[in-house]
Formats: sequence, C-alpha cells, structure tokens
Amino acid sequence: MSVPTDRLYTKEHEWVKLDGSTALVGITDYAQSSLGDIVYVELPKPGAALTQSKAMGVVESVKAVSDIFAPLSGTVAEVNATIMDDPATVNKDPYGEGWLVKLAAANVAESKALLDPAAYEKVVESEQH
Amino acid sequence: MVTSGLSRTALCATHEQLGAKMSPFGGFLMPIHYSGILDEHRAVRSAAGMFDLSHMGQFVARGAAVADWLDGLTTNHVATMRPNQARYNIFTNEAGGALDDAIIYRLEGRWLIVVNAANSEKMWRWLSARKPDGVSLEDRTPESALIAVQGPRSLELLQPLTDVDLGGVKYYHAALGEVGGVAVEMARTGYTGEDGFELFVPASAAPALWERLMREGERVGLKPAGLGARDMLRLEASMPLYGHELDERITPLQAGLGWAVKLDKPAFTGKAALAAQQAADTYERIAGAIMDGKAPARAGYAVYHGSEKIGEVRSGSPAPALGGKNILTALVASSVSAPGTRLEVDIRDQRHPATVVPLPFYTRKA
Repeated sequence: MSVPTDRLYTKEHEWVKLDGSTALVGITDYAQSSLGDIVYVELPKPGAALTQSKAMGVVESVKAVSDIFAPLSGTVAEVNATIMDDPATVNKDPYGEGWLVKLAAANVAESKALLDPAAYEKVVESEQH
Repeated sequence: MVTSGLSRTALCATHEQLGAKMSPFGGFLMPIHYSGILDEHRAVRSAAGMFDLSHMGQFVARGAAVADWLDGLTTNHVATMRPNQARYNIFTNEAGGALDDAIIYRLEGRWLIVVNAANSEKMWRWLSARKPDGVSLEDRTPESALIAVQGPRSLELLQPLTDVDLGGVKYYHAALGEVGGVAVEMARTGYTGEDGFELFVPASAAPALWERLMREGERVGLKPAGLGARDMLRLEASMPLYGHELDERITPLQAGLGWAVKLDKPAFTGKAALAAQQAADTYERIAGAIMDGKAPARAGYAVYHGSEKIGEVRSGSPAPALGGKNILTALVASSVSAPGTRLEVDIRDQRHPATVVPLPFYTRKA
C-alpha cells in the first residue's frame, strides 16, 4: 500500500495535505483497497463547520458503509465534484484526483494530533495482522 | 480478524494465494472478493466467473422411500422428479415459514440435497429426526467441494474438458462424468441469473481442478468470483437469499415463490397454513424497488409509504445490470406492493424515494 510522505494521516485512514491553513482531505490507498469498489460518497456542503475527529460523511462500497472523520476542525471550502459523479475515482487515485474535500482549517496546531507517514504505516501493518 | 472456530473449505488456501479478501460466512472462512465485486460481476454477466460454494451443506439420501419422504417435508414436487433432474424446493415448518431453501438433485441411486451453510446443522437435525426406516442419510459436506462456473461462456469453457455433451444437459438437469480428469456430478444450476454449471467435486481433487479451470478459463475471460459478486448477481436476478427474503417467519408465498408451492400435493408440513394464506391473499410480501437517487439502500433501513413505516429493506445493492441504479427488496403489505407504488427509504435520517417494480430486476437475454 502506498503512503506518500508529503502529508499526514489519521488512524481512521484519512489523509491531510496542508498548504498554509488550507487542508486537502482524502482517504488512503489502504482504505480504498479495504473497502473495494466505491459506489457512493456523501460529503458535507461547502460552508459546513467541521470538528476534528467527528464524522463528516460516508464512503460506501458495494458492501459497506464507512464513516469519514474530519482530520481537522474548520470550514468546508470545496467538495470534489468529480467523485460525486464518478466515485470509482477514489479507488483509482486516492491521493490525487480522488480527494474528498478542501478545508479552511480553524487551528493548524491540531495537526499535532495527526500521524506522520511512518506512524500511519504501523497502523496499517497492525490492521493487516 | 477473529477466524477461530471457522471451517475452511478445500479451496481456502487457493483463495488466499489468489489474494482474496476472506470473511466468515455461514461458519466458513469464505472469499468475499478477488479483483473486485464489480469486476467479478461483469465477468459473470459477460463471460464467466468461478465460485467456491463448498460451504453449502451436501446431504446424500438413499432408499426407495426418499421421494415420498422429501415430498412430505417440502412445498415443491419431489416424487415426479426423474433421474438426473434438479429442482428448487423449500422446506417449511407447520406455519408455512421457510426452514431453508434447497436444490434437490435426483441422481442414479441417490438423492443430493444442497442446503444453505447457515442452515446446515439445523437441516441435518430436522431431516435426521424425521428420517423413516429404509432411508439412509449422509452429510458429505467435508468430503465434497462445490465449484460453480457461471456466465454465458461457461459451456464453451467446460466442454473441451469433458466427454459429457453439456449442450444436452438442460437447465436444472444433472449428469455424471469427468471434468479435467476428475469424476464429478455436474448440474446446470446456479444462483446468478446466467447460464452455468455447478460441479460437485471430491474435496481432495478440488484445488487441482480449480487451478486447471483458471488456466483453461483465460481464453474465455473467466475470473474467480466471491460471495460479494454472488449476492449482487442473485439480487439482480431476484433469487431469494435465506435470512433476507426468506426465513422461518416468511413463507415461500410471501417471498414470491408461489410457483414452487404445490398445494395439489396430498400433504406436506405447512400445507394447511400455506393454503389458508393463499386463499386470503392479504399477506405481506416481498416487493422489489429501484431508488431514484445514488445513495444505496442497505438491509435494515426503514421503508416508508407516505408517513407510515411499512417495513425494512431486506436486501439492497447497486445493480450494474440496471446501469448502476440502487435496487432493494422489502417485505411490505400487499396494498403497497404493486409496481409503480412510490416508497421512501430512510438513509441516515433522510428520506430517499424509490419505486416498486415488477420482479425480477434482471433477466438474461435468451
């Protein structure tokens, strides 16, 4: 499973790429692979306020409904329209075209609670056993 | 993953080598998917898919009295079956509820009863307790694997591997012979809505035959397919899944299986209850519906008609055969079961509209 080193992670398998106080959020390669074919994504609307670690939407595969948790508190700036039309994009390119939402982070210091790539790889390893 | 106490089929190691995602099902560790549910579904609808169904219970009955005995426990005809014929049937309780649905095969000198894995122990006890003198019953599940090859190119794949003229084996018929040098019972049956064959194989020979079929299958686009694709395929074809469209509180009439309920049989367990239910015709029944929107309906979601909660989703899935629309079954009052009736499904506290449609959702082109 690929774990890019240019971003941070949650133990619930979201990734966050910070650019100043703008955060791009998605689910990891491991998450999309575990879920299988993604057929539906439900996300908060632009302007919605999010709280770190609280559920912000769902990703559904053929067989399963999986909650997505906000990796940081903030306001939704943009939702990826591509994946609403073609949810399989999340399977094909989870770290790129398959991003979920763009957030205006309320407090970038919250990112201290996130996992670095090495720590996230350990989470994945422990789940695979 | 907690997998202790689970049985492994003869093909479990094969699935693990293929990288299948494995999960418990009916007491067995079973493959849910390999390349992906949608990819496997596509293979079965357009070419061929291969399933390990060795978790299903296989009981062999012998004796002159078998036909009459089974006729007394099931809703469909058994005694009228000829050798090498298969028939879908339902074992019912006194209230007409389904103990299990099964396929009964009449072979030369023996009968094979294939039951759902989750009901295998229950059905073994039910049948053993009612077995008359002169009937022998054997549970051969551990010794016999079941490999299903399903899809429009199944015959093309299997024919070069056997001397049996597969084109001469009609739907719901069986034959004995060798496939790839292995003696098997083969039947033109399945649970996908496509043409296909089910092969009952000695467990010890199953891994080698599976691998042979995988190699030979390359030329027709065969893919290994798991229980995830199987559930989607059977729901599209509107075949009931025990525990969803059928259970001990749901009769075959309610499940839309009236064609397999023969009230002209002299007697069978549950006949009186089923006859009364049919005469009244007011019973709740399984209806199928298609969601307007993109959110999938899932088993357990509440179903509304106007402001009234009328039931729960029994099965729900996206249906690639219907262009990806989301389909569902629900047990609802007869008054709201007519095609065209508008329903609403509660998904995460939002109402999502759906329309009742005639079943089956999908029928293969002849």
